[in-house]
Amino acid sequence: MSSESPVESQRIAPGPVPGTRPMYWSVWREIWENRSVYIAPLVVSGVVFFASCVSTLTLPHRLKSATDAAKQQHSIIATYSVAPSAIMFTTLIVAVFFCLDALYGERRDRSILFWKSLPVSDRTTVLAKAFIPFVVLPLAAFLLSIVTQRILIVLGSGILMANGMSPERLHADLPLFQEAIVMFYGLTVHVLWFAPIYGWLFLVSAWARRTPILWAFLPPFAIALIEWILFNTAFFASMLRYRVMGAMSEAFVVQKKGEAIIRLSQLDPARFLAAPGLWVGLLFAAACLFGAIRLRRLREPI
Amino acid sequence: MTTPCIEARGLRKVYGSTVALDGIDLRVDEGRIVGLIGPNGAGKTTALNAILGLTPYQGDLRVVGRDPWTERDALMRDVAFIADVAVLPRWIRVSQLLQYVAGVHPHFDRAKAEAFLARTSVKRNSKVRELSKGMVTQLHLAIVMAIDARLLVLDEPTLGLDILVRKQFYDSLLNDYFDRSRTILVTTHQIEEVQDVLTDVKFIDRGRIVFECNMEDFETRYYEVVVNPDNAAAARALGPIYERQVFGRSILLFDSVDRQQLAALGEVRKPSLADLFVAVMSKGQGVNA
Repeated sequence: MSSESPVESQRIAPGPVPGTRPMYWSVWREIWENRSVYIAPLVVSGVVFFASCVSTLTLPHRLKSATDAAKQQHSIIATYSVAPSAIMFTTLIVAVFFCLDALYGERRDRSILFWKSLPVSDRTTVLAKAFIPFVVLPLAAFLLSIVTQRILIVLGSGILMANGMSPERLHADLPLFQEAIVMFYGLTVHVLWFAPIYGWLFLVSAWARRTPILWAFLPPFAIALIEWILFNTAFFASMLRYRVMGAMSEAFVVQKKGEAIIRLSQLDPARFLAAPGLWVGLLFAAACLFGAIRLRRLREPI
Repeated sequence: MTTPCIEARGLRKVYGSTVALDGIDLRVDEGRIVGLIGPNGAGKTTALNAILGLTPYQGDLRVVGRDPWTERDALMRDVAFIADVAVLPRWIRVSQLLQYVAGVHPHFDRAKAEAFLARTSVKRNSKVRELSKGMVTQLHLAIVMAIDARLLVLDEPTLGLDILVRKQFYDSLLNDYFDRSRTILVTTHQIEEVQDVLTDVKFIDRGRIVFECNMEDFETRYYEVVVNPDNAAAARALGPIYERQVFGRSILLFDSVDRQQLAALGEVRKPSLADLFVAVMSKGQGVNA
């Protein structure tokens, strides 16, 4: 009898204990380890910033030489939409490499033995890691894009005024508030649309004993190739292409090819939410993350 | 009143065709310092991994009242663990490490860890990769000793460290950590080093516990006699558990034989734990050894 009571009395209900925040600190842990999460977008925004500064210097000249209004508008948009695109693309690349290493790196350097010696569940750990590509990186991209772009516009206005031109032009052609919402919407739909890609990368990262990058990319490529050789069809390949490009076609209204998306009228959230591809993808992502959690529990250091 | 800290019945683990644990029964009571000693591949690490919830197993296992495999995260509130080699992530800063453990561990006392570290040359803003192997061990020990755990598991904690750090390691453990209500389970190759630290010893070989006793029994039960050749036959008649030859004389190891009786045959002395280990292990090898 005495052998049972002390043990039972110390039993604590599942879930985090008051005073500890495993999820919060596990997210910080990821940011501490993966400084590329903020350094890479910062470097890119710095590079783009300086390139755009140079381009802004020639803006008055380009506006004067452009004969019609459409050309002038194109000139302005080109100058200011490079920064957000470059930053968002960078965070996408960072996210891919982050996911591939997330559950592989800790097994390779055996630090998983230390992490598992702490009262943090595999679920908390994997979800904290997923928080980086799903929330932290898009948010970093959004904030950096807005800041970089705003600074460039202030500079541009100054240069236009110095050349005796009205800065009103910039604001008329570049609806900034609308554009910020468009940017936020764009990031959100892309995160949701790419969720199965991130999920797949996490799953491979938890499973692979070596070279997760090959395990992640070669099998889909091989399936597409085998399908083409056997049946001379490309369903799998077009499915992959749809997964990579689909967010643009499903979530936005694009009148003509290459048109810049800066206005609310170009968004189509209803069609995006109705796309089966979105929900199938999210289900696949959830299954992958669930699998990654189970695998992390089973896997030992490499 | 002893509460079992670890209780295993028929603990079994098979990797493919290799039997790593062959139905182990194990009981570790609260307040003991238990050494789990065995040759390479005997199943020590597998047993620890099962106890720590790092690997699934067959059989019954309760550690501080919990099922390790299904409740690893809850178990780790009461169990601390240092693995065989330095496993602290190399990229992390000492300050970040302390912050993280403080943020996730309900029984971690950061001030205590800082106080331990203040006695070492580990700097707060260093990264783990910049520390020497000895310093990493000190850092890990500082963290573990600041955790109010009921069970501390050490898997070859001093492997690859120089003798000074090894000595310090066990000294801190005994002086600053162990307080009779805690339990320590340690595996090691360095038997001599832990002989004076342990309260109990268990030898494991080929997935089985082949020998166990507490150190008080060890002190009183076992004698080694250096027997002169003319007494050899008489000595062997008393049933030694092991015999070895050194410089032409036989050294016989006896279990529970009267000391007075042995003294008549030759010089009686206390065997070391290593001697007993060799005796037990060679018995297991079969008669041809």
